[in-house]
Amino acid sequence: MNTPGPASSSILATVGLQKSFGSLAAAREVSVAIPPGVRYALIGPNGAGKTTLINLMTGMLRPDAGRIFLGGEDITSVPPAERVKRGLARTFQINTLFPRLTALEAVTLAVCERQGHASTWWRSLPAYRDAIDEAYAILGSLALGADCYRLTRTLAYGQQRLLEIALALATRPKVLLLDEPAAGVPRGQSPALFGAIAGLSRDITVLFIEHDMDVVFRFASRIIVMVGGRVLVEGTPQEIAADARVREVYLGQTRHA
Amino acid sequence: MATVSLEAVGGAHGYLRAQTRWRRSEIAFWLATLLPFLLFPAYLQLASQIAITALFAVSLDLILGYAGIVSLGHAAFFGLGAYTAGLFSKFGWGEPLSGLILASALAGVVGYAASFVIAHFRHLALIMITLGMGLLLQEAANSASELTGGVDGLQGVRMRPLFELFPFDLWGRTAYTYSLAALFLTFLVARRLTHSPFGLSLRGIRENAVRMPALGAPSRTRVRQVYTIAAAMAGMAGALLAQTTLTVSLEVLSFQRSADVLVILILGGAGRLYGGVLGAIIYMVARDQFSGINPQYWYFWIGLLLIAVVLFLPNGILAGLDRAAARFRRRSP
Amino acid sequence: MISSFVGVLFDGFAYGMLLFLLSVGLSVTLGMMNFVNLAHCSFAMLGGYVTVTLMDRLGWPFLATLPVAFLAAAGASAALERVLFRPLYRASDLDQCLLTIGVVFVSVAGAAYLYGTVQQPVQLPGYLRRAVTLGSFRFPVYRLFLIGAALAVTVVLVAALECTRFGARVRAAVDNQRMARGLGIDVDGVFAVTFALGSGLAGLGGALAIEMVGLDPSFAFAYLIYVIIVVSVGGLASIGGSFAAAALLGISDMAGKYYVPQLGAFLIYLVMVGLLMWRPAGLFGRR
Repeated sequence: MNTPGPASSSILATVGLQKSFGSLAAAREVSVAIPPGVRYALIGPNGAGKTTLINLMTGMLRPDAGRIFLGGEDITSVPPAERVKRGLARTFQINTLFPRLTALEAVTLAVCERQGHASTWWRSLPAYRDAIDEAYAILGSLALGADCYRLTRTLAYGQQRLLEIALALATRPKVLLLDEPAAGVPRGQSPALFGAIAGLSRDITVLFIEHDMDVVFRFASRIIVMVGGRVLVEGTPQEIAADARVREVYLGQTRHA
Repeated sequence: MATVSLEAVGGAHGYLRAQTRWRRSEIAFWLATLLPFLLFPAYLQLASQIAITALFAVSLDLILGYAGIVSLGHAAFFGLGAYTAGLFSKFGWGEPLSGLILASALAGVVGYAASFVIAHFRHLALIMITLGMGLLLQEAANSASELTGGVDGLQGVRMRPLFELFPFDLWGRTAYTYSLAALFLTFLVARRLTHSPFGLSLRGIRENAVRMPALGAPSRTRVRQVYTIAAAMAGMAGALLAQTTLTVSLEVLSFQRSADVLVILILGGAGRLYGGVLGAIIYMVARDQFSGINPQYWYFWIGLLLIAVVLFLPNGILAGLDRAAARFRRRSP
Repeated sequence: MISSFVGVLFDGFAYGMLLFLLSVGLSVTLGMMNFVNLAHCSFAMLGGYVTVTLMDRLGWPFLATLPVAFLAAAGASAALERVLFRPLYRASDLDQCLLTIGVVFVSVAGAAYLYGTVQQPVQLPGYLRRAVTLGSFRFPVYRLFLIGAALAVTVVLVAALECTRFGARVRAAVDNQRMARGLGIDVDGVFAVTFALGSGLAGLGGALAIEMVGLDPSFAFAYLIYVIIVVSVGGLASIGGSFAAAALLGISDMAGKYYVPQLGAFLIYLVMVGLLMWRPAGLFGRR
């Protein structure tokens, strides 16, 4: 496989990323190049290094080696908050929300942070009408409009997963990294959740981690398969479905499971 | 996204507006703060002390109740303000307002310096560091006894009349007016701050500091800002105490004072501004009523109160009242 | 010059051993439950007052009071753990901190009520008041006794942790509480016993401390700072770490008081803040 450089056509790219935890290599020579507007799925067995890759991309972890590019710019040493400002947002596998803020407040907060108002202490929040409107619109687009006045901790679990996405959207990302967006959501409801993701603007490039193969093949236009901290193969759903190595990994998985 | 009705948007906006509106009970409360002039003219000195304590508690509420920064050493800034104002007057500048502003500014500057340390820690390490910094400052003031008077306290503080018109009288009429005005104006600032985008951001930090960077928020910068503001407010409270009582003792820097203000805030209810004010009223009136008992035993009751509030009254009296009111409303539709 | 240096070293080490006894329990319980027990030194104070009472009012010999001091502190802490602390294991640091400060206040006021605020005297038996002379150096027997007691406790603790079933459970609970629960270990029960033992050691330390640092109601707060320094430097749930840290702190505090007395407690607070800033993660990083 050839190692892609920071191709100028890609919106998000990594070159030779390495990360080890003690003797465990969670990322080995990971090089990916994601073109804009594509829906990418990141799949692989447990412990393949999928979440580690997202943590490296967003700056929650520092790579031991390698570089990360966002829109052609090297962001390897840019702190996490600044990466968000430059258009790289993420959600978390486990809900990390603001329990005692209402959904509306939480999303308004994210909008205010993006607009640079959040350090203003001398003007009242209702003065930022456009921020509130935008927050409400985002919540409405994810079917949270009716419940947006409720405290986050009182929302149903599935709604909290949607709020995770709403918070990420409020940063107006160019690239959205979703770490198992449907984790913990009853199986029947995850298509609805992915429907909401599929309905996102095509300006947003999406990379999501997901275990449910039906969902992956329905919503992804390209798939990256990771195994043991390495990128095994990358391609269209058809290519992945036909790939012998992927079958090996997944059949091996099912045999052990 | 196009399906959102304008009416609903107005609803979201109106909902947030309603939260920031002045309630009738708030206006009634502030009017009631004028009652001591009429009803308890003999207790104006006490009323002044209550206002000062309330200001101190509100300053702690900004960092603890809103941003979730626990401090066991908040008296450091109170004491800094008190000594600054006291020394300023002792060395010849007895004009109160300029002394107040200077003391507050100095406490703010020290708070800003300290905030670089504070912003890096959370949880137990933060509790211990604030405790250590408070003790450090008290020990420093104790050692610098030529300047501070050490354990004997700072003597010889003299105040010129307020605006060169109103002398600080024995009954505390000027003192209470002065302290109350300072409390009210500072409270207005704090109230606006908590209802601003900045205040929302602080609550975000309190609720989930780890998530804030994922929203693109520089939460350490925010923590530094609010810590500086709170330090300046605490310094103002200390300066008011020095100016209205004309003395400064080492006690203004003590752990006891840090613990007291924490008790006051927790008792009233943190994270709602009025909690600190209510707590200050209850605490100071009770201490005045039981002033006969040895301070050693006073802390026995404070200890019991702390245990009881933590176990039975989470979020203080005001939250308890809220819950009771909600129950009452549910029962009588 | 050299003799004063050896004296400071020796006294400091004895003092450090005292701090070790006072703090080792907190190090283990904090490591296991992450419970912020600021009332740890209240149990030490209790041990001290038990010894004073037994000797003064009932005429017990000093050594016989020590096991009682241990048991009284352990018993009192077990009761408090059950009633007050257990509901708060999952509460915020602030709540834990406030509740235990409440306990400190109550204990300080209680001690002042029962015994007054004066220093409590303790009349040691004659054989502990002597000193051993080695060349030009004099070593008070009591301090040797203190060092011996602390060393014995260390050996027993290390052996108990490494070689007993209970010790294995404690180590499992400290390493990974969730995993330990998964393995069927009754972590709450293990913790309750550990908590009582740790407080018992503090009570023993409090009893042994009277001769060296005195005893009055402020003890519960004054020594908290030292205990926290020991725990922060020594690391959580580390017997060896606590031992080394306590020895280091004892010697440096003694040296500070001897060579730069004008700085007073300032130095030790500076050390505390500095250390916390230097390695907060080694301290309370896990949560």
